[in-house]
Amino acid sequence: MMLALEMYRSLPRYIAARAVGGRVPGILTGPAAPVRLVNRAEPRTSAPGWARVKPILSGICGSDLGALFGQTSMYFSALVSMPFVPGHEVVGELVDDCEDLPAGTRVVLDPVLSCAARGVERCQSCASGQTNRCDRITVGHVSPGLQTGYCADTGGGWGGQLMAHRSQLHAVPDGLSDERAVLVEPLACAVHTAMRAQVPDGGSVLVSGAGAVGLFATLALRELTPAGRISVVAKHPRQRELARAFGATDVLAPDEVPARVRRATQAFRLTPERSGEFLLGGVDVGIDAVGSKDSLGTTLRVTRAGGRVVLSGMPAAGADLSPVWFRELEVVGAYATQGREAFARALDLAASAPLDGVVGGRYPLYRWREALDHAHSAGRLGTVKVAFDLRSSR
Amino acid sequence: MSRPGFVLEVDDRTPPLVVHDGEGFRLEKFPLGTRVVYSPESQPGLRDVDAAIRHALEQPENSEPLRALLRPGMRLTIAFDDVSLPLPPMKRPDIRQRVVEQVLTMAAEAGVDDVEIIAALALHRRMKPSELQHALGERVYRSFAPDGLLYNHDAEDPDNLEFIGTTDQGEEVEINKRAAQSDLLVYVNINIVPMDGGHKSVPIGLASYRSLRHHHNSKTMVHSRSFMDHKKSAMHHSAWRMGRLLKDHLKIFTIETTLNNDVFPAPYDFLNKREWEWNVRDQATMLAAKRGLAVAPSKLRRKIFQGIQAPYGITGVHAGETEAVHEKTLAKVYSQQAVEVQGQSDVLIMGVPYLCPYNVDAVMNPILATCMGLGYFFNSYRNKPVVRPGGAVILYHPVPYEFSQLHHPSYVDFFEEVLAESTDPATIEQRFEKQYATDPWYIHLYRTSYAYHGVHPFYMWYWAAHAMDHVGDVVWVGADRRAVERMGFRSASTLADALEMVSGTVGRSPSITYTHNPPHLISDVR
Ligand SMILES: [Zn+2]
Ligand SMILES: [Zn+2]
Repeated sequence: MMLALEMYRSLPRYIAARAVGGRVPGILTGPAAPVRLVNRAEPRTSAPGWARVKPILSGICGSDLGALFGQTSMYFSALVSMPFVPGHEVVGELVDDCEDLPAGTRVVLDPVLSCAARGVERCQSCASGQTNRCDRITVGHVSPGLQTGYCADTGGGWGGQLMAHRSQLHAVPDGLSDERAVLVEPLACAVHTAMRAQVPDGGSVLVSGAGAVGLFATLALRELTPAGRISVVAKHPRQRELARAFGATDVLAPDEVPARVRRATQAFRLTPERSGEFLLGGVDVGIDAVGSKDSLGTTLRVTRAGGRVVLSGMPAAGADLSPVWFRELEVVGAYATQGREAFARALDLAASAPLDGVVGGRYPLYRWREALDHAHSAGRLGTVKVAFDLRSSR
Repeated sequence: MSRPGFVLEVDDRTPPLVVHDGEGFRLEKFPLGTRVVYSPESQPGLRDVDAAIRHALEQPENSEPLRALLRPGMRLTIAFDDVSLPLPPMKRPDIRQRVVEQVLTMAAEAGVDDVEIIAALALHRRMKPSELQHALGERVYRSFAPDGLLYNHDAEDPDNLEFIGTTDQGEEVEINKRAAQSDLLVYVNINIVPMDGGHKSVPIGLASYRSLRHHHNSKTMVHSRSFMDHKKSAMHHSAWRMGRLLKDHLKIFTIETTLNNDVFPAPYDFLNKREWEWNVRDQATMLAAKRGLAVAPSKLRRKIFQGIQAPYGITGVHAGETEAVHEKTLAKVYSQQAVEVQGQSDVLIMGVPYLCPYNVDAVMNPILATCMGLGYFFNSYRNKPVVRPGGAVILYHPVPYEFSQLHHPSYVDFFEEVLAESTDPATIEQRFEKQYATDPWYIHLYRTSYAYHGVHPFYMWYWAAHAMDHVGDVVWVGADRRAVERMGFRSASTLADALEMVSGTVGRSPSITYTHNPPHLISDVR
């Protein structure tokens, strides 16, 4: 038996969580929380290529919070199997040998449960190496679930043990600390975002949001693309500091965006009736790293004609798409990571980037309410990443 | 004869004194021993202004009479000072109207029919039709404006600028093409402070940014001591070099006019007087005005103040060759405004009023308040500043965190973007000026709307550079804390608090001077 946090199906609770969304402590401490701490059986699969992993640190991702607090689109309800143990930002230790990786190897996880892991014939996307676009995420050896952390069979990082497939595993070099290694998965997503951005030489970029997603995207853009000016929208002092440390040229407050981007790109600024201001001209690439209606709306309105907008992080509905049509924007998603290369680059970044202190809170599982509360208010509290420490939870 | 300027030392019989404080004024009890500098009492205006104009045109300085310069078939251009002068605006008829009407009459008599009239606004905002009408009168406006013969200079219109040449110091001279290609350019000036007029009129008023950047920069401005003395101002030296170069290419006939100190009309005319000379009626109006302003909503207050028109008297009209005219003009202005002041003091106190050259019909934003206090008032001296090097300046103004989006779009961005990075004039010039000066959006708004040019807030900040360099401490009384902190200053709620705050710099019993303006005064510091 193992200790784990479990999210279970309860439509009333899901709806209740949605209703009080935002008021986190209330929902977590009240009876409405769709999550509970349980003692349950360790996950098991005997299919080939699978092995047990004991998580060491498991991050709390914005998408986890979204699911917990009912802010996620119902779209995803068909892509998960309940009850599941959340947690997909994992550094852990192999319990069993796994093909070429011996037991005891420290590993990080590519959480996507694609064709290879499911033991089915590879779909077109997987065949071309784009496992994040897999079409078979509901079939095969394991229950439906787009990723580890949303699947009833595999377990997740917020429990004492999980099952992982060789296709998901990346060995961690000896010199890399657990605190850095736990950031590899979100860094790999950021690497993917930076690739999807297709920044032109010296191009200007706006990153809307300076949570973990925005900050890591900034880092990846600066390290891996020929971007010129990178402007980052940040609310809190610590975020502003980190954005600069990660390569931002300038940092803007949310209400300054149209004015400052107008200045930086020498665009024209217009103020329509009863609607937000927008630019003629603007940045070459906009990256929405928040996923709120406001953030996406602003990003669309300050990206130049023919420019590109990347949705990094789970988007909300309801933004005005007029600029997409009128400015002929290319709006693209950036989900998870594409193949092994992003992880290789993320491992390099994890080793070299100024990431000390980025994991700003570590909690044992039994203090989950505090941990989730901290993660929810991370920006305000000056924290980038909150993680569960599983060594103290066994 | 008017009385000369007056310096008073505050003793226990001195009543509270008026201090201008944006759209209102205070009555402040100053510490005993404070030196108060009053401007000289208003000189009498000319009894027959039209005759004085006629005389000036017919017997000009160092030039043939205007009439002799006019002939059929010639191109005549008349340029005039824009809405930034005078402050407050003059009661109708404006002196520019009177002068221009006479010039036009003479031109008509001489058979000149190719005439254009240009508001010489450099990088200021364009004048609105109502303002052109106010400055030049209905008749001139209606005869010229509809045909496009009366218009605002456009410093960003490449098709209508002409490159004249380069001075021996490498300064490029580029001015309005119509003016440059005229057989005669007549310039009509109102000289409200000795900074204006002379070669500042044509080489600056009709110039492009390319030309202006040679003297409107932080280095030149720090080295101008003071702007009110063209012989000691690096900015003026540059303008003079340009003016002399221009003179070889273009016939210029300068007309300069001077005003007396009648700034405040009834019922505010008590502000023109010295407090201890207020009679019972003055005291009653002052109290009523002060109370009325205190309870008036800010919109109404702004309307009241922006509606003030001054009953100036015209004290002189001089015409002819630019430098000879300007000599006469300066003598007149100094005789009206100069006050002898013995020695510098540790602290200089100034009340900043509601109006400066760049906020006609708009709120005085924080940068303009700074420019008015530390740029213009601080620099209103000859020989040396009223405050000693390393001393303190205390200013009164509410410094609202407020900007006109219509007139000052680049100011908002300057305040929020540039000053957030640095307040050092040389640094911001190097890092930001060019971007702002060439921003197509600001250029568009300058050319088609009523916005100051993108680079204008930089110039306003540079005006204050000499003061910021000279003094150790700047404290604003009654100002918006956020606004003054952004500019690197401090704020206090009372004069006592302000003096407490600067005591680290100037000690607990500093010598204090309060310069009691407006109306304008120039401290002649001995
Ligand atoms: Zn995630
Ligand atoms: Zn697949």
